[in-house]
Amino acid sequence: MAETKPKPKLNKKAVEMAKQEPKVRAKNFKEVALGYTEAEAQEEASRCLTCPKPQCMTACPVEVPIPTFIKCIKEKKYAEGIAAIKTKNALPAVCGRVCPQEVQCQSKCVIGKMGDPISIGRLERFLADWERENGSQLPPKPTPTGKKVAVIGAGPAGLTVAADLIKQGHEVTEFEALHVGGGVLSYGIPEFRLPKAIVQNEVNYVQKLGVDLRLGNLIGRTHTIPELMKEGGYDAVFIGSGAGLPQFTGCPGENLGGIYSANEFLIRVNLMKGYLFPEYDTPIRIGKHVVVIGGGNVAMDCARCSMRLGSDVCLVYRRSRDELPARHEEIENAEEEGLVCKFLAAPVEFYGDERGWVKSMKAVCMELTEPDAKGRRGVKVIPDSEFTMEVDTVIIAIGQTPNPIIQRTTEGLQSDPRHGTITVNEVGKTSLDGVYAGGDVATGAATVISAMGAGKRAAKAMHEYLTNKK
Amino acid sequence: MVPHEKGERVPLTISGYDAKKGTVSFAFHEVGKTTKELGCYSEGQEILNVTGPLGNPSEIKKFGKVLCIGGSIMIAPLLLQVKAMKAAGNQVTTVLGARTKEAMIMEKEAKTLSDKVYVATDDGSYGNKGLDFLNDLLKKEKFDRCVVMGPVVMMRDVSAITKPFGIPTVVTLTPIMIDGMGMCGVCRVTVGGKMMFGCVDGPEFDGHQTNFEELILRQRTMLPEERLGSLLWETSGGCKCGGNKA
Repeated sequence: MAETKPKPKLNKKAVEMAKQEPKVRAKNFKEVALGYTEAEAQEEASRCLTCPKPQCMTACPVEVPIPTFIKCIKEKKYAEGIAAIKTKNALPAVCGRVCPQEVQCQSKCVIGKMGDPISIGRLERFLADWERENGSQLPPKPTPTGKKVAVIGAGPAGLTVAADLIKQGHEVTEFEALHVGGGVLSYGIPEFRLPKAIVQNEVNYVQKLGVDLRLGNLIGRTHTIPELMKEGGYDAVFIGSGAGLPQFTGCPGENLGGIYSANEFLIRVNLMKGYLFPEYDTPIRIGKHVVVIGGGNVAMDCARCSMRLGSDVCLVYRRSRDELPARHEEIENAEEEGLVCKFLAAPVEFYGDERGWVKSMKAVCMELTEPDAKGRRGVKVIPDSEFTMEVDTVIIAIGQTPNPIIQRTTEGLQSDPRHGTITVNEVGKTSLDGVYAGGDVATGAATVISAMGAGKRAAKAMHEYLTNKK
Repeated sequence: MVPHEKGERVPLTISGYDAKKGTVSFAFHEVGKTTKELGCYSEGQEILNVTGPLGNPSEIKKFGKVLCIGGSIMIAPLLLQVKAMKAAGNQVTTVLGARTKEAMIMEKEAKTLSDKVYVATDDGSYGNKGLDFLNDLLKKEKFDRCVVMGPVVMMRDVSAITKPFGIPTVVTLTPIMIDGMGMCGVCRVTVGGKMMFGCVDGPEFDGHQTNFEELILRQRTMLPEERLGSLLWETSGGCKCGGNKA
């Protein structure tokens, strides 16, 4: 089916994307979703009506020109299509894979009212993958403005700011604390959902634009922001240091061996490639009975990694299925792979063996309370509902807060004392002149694309600031 | 520090620096795969990544009489503190501990830097046997502060000795760390009943408030894997000095 002509009648069904079979993929770390073939992309693109007033674009945090790139796919002008995306989004291969399109662009697609919306994410991924195989083109070099910008963090927010500002002629240095770029895309999201070679490729693209990426630089320790601005000669700074500090439950026994924060577990498995130990040097010890506490995307990632390492996994979440904050697709994938969920339950204490390794967990049953003003339902403990589970590994995935190092070492930088987030206005400006922030460090843990959107807005404001500055 | 592409991140304590040359030095025991491997790197060989210094700076000021106690390889970084404490106007007594006479290091340097030096070995082959002599020392002399760097067991024992004398005792904790910048939480320790992160809140903590028993158990959690890694490395040829390690 190489040449599928656009059908005159509206096709209500989206073209499915091939996936690895659940039983097969639950045992490997290769990418689950395999992407569209050219013919499939053609067929899916042909469903797009190319609306004169596209609603999809209004729901994209970074305003990708969606109808334009889909039209390019229809006309097989792939290089043009990817170039169109890259005017707004420096990381399309990432966004095509991990964006929650169902609540963003695709939720506004008119065809969605009659059938399946256009699979915008899959088409974006198709173009990004096409480019990776066929070589990327760089936009023309801008005229240098002579202004220097320091970007802290090479995650989704930082990479977006760096790419946007360098395209406008500013000199950009990006400081990354870890030994690889990508931030959460590298240390958090697992290989089977977002292959690290793809992340590296996107980071390389930003470097090819001219961004000077300096790894192993923890701002706040190796240099502080005031040092960067005074001694380093940077005219503006963007803080995109993410939400890296793991939260714990506070239950007794939490420091036993075998109890990991989601961050530790994912850093060992993804960033340090612990699943390939001993070929790679970082080990991961995992038992047969794993409990993951939490219900977000991070919890799903931990659960799916654990199953791939050969464990039986039970997810313990204090609310019910309807309240799970994870993407629907991720929950479905995880359950197909064998995840068992225990809803309306929460841990109260962990017990260890004589070597200090966790062996069981006491939990209680919860019930939902009436929705609060924001519509979110609270929970309360059901009296006398305690039960015990035999476990040998526990992964705590109940959220992360911003790393406090920058806040502690930057005088005058206002932050929220309770959540640790840096206080910013709607365009990301902080309480300090020339210092901007965005992404998880300003909002608390959220999504890749919302961090990119914040980066986009901050980059625009920073460009104005730099242009108007003497 | 990450030695190479497939390497792990290891936390090492800085034991010296030369701002003019732009160098920092580290002293470490070759105990696991990574340290053994680093040990056979030759001059000029590249290390993939070094990030730091991480953690909070040590509190250096004039306390009066300071007792600095270093054990094993941690004597090297301890002497940096001895030097700084001395420069801050303190009277410094240094205690060096090692397993045996042969394992004792940097005694000469310690003598140059400190007002007084005591040595002790576990087996008594050199100087005092064990650290019990500290009890007598503390009965005779009053100290305003005690700084301990060494194996966890030693830091625990010293803290227990200084506690009845009411000497503020600072220990440098070395829990397992991965990123060393507040992300993984594997370095969590209980100090004063509260959960602290070795990397972000430390590495120096109040020795009288530290839960050492928990720390000792937590340090052992990956022991079988660490032994396996080390063993596999050695059986696959181990040190190939000057060769390509990646």
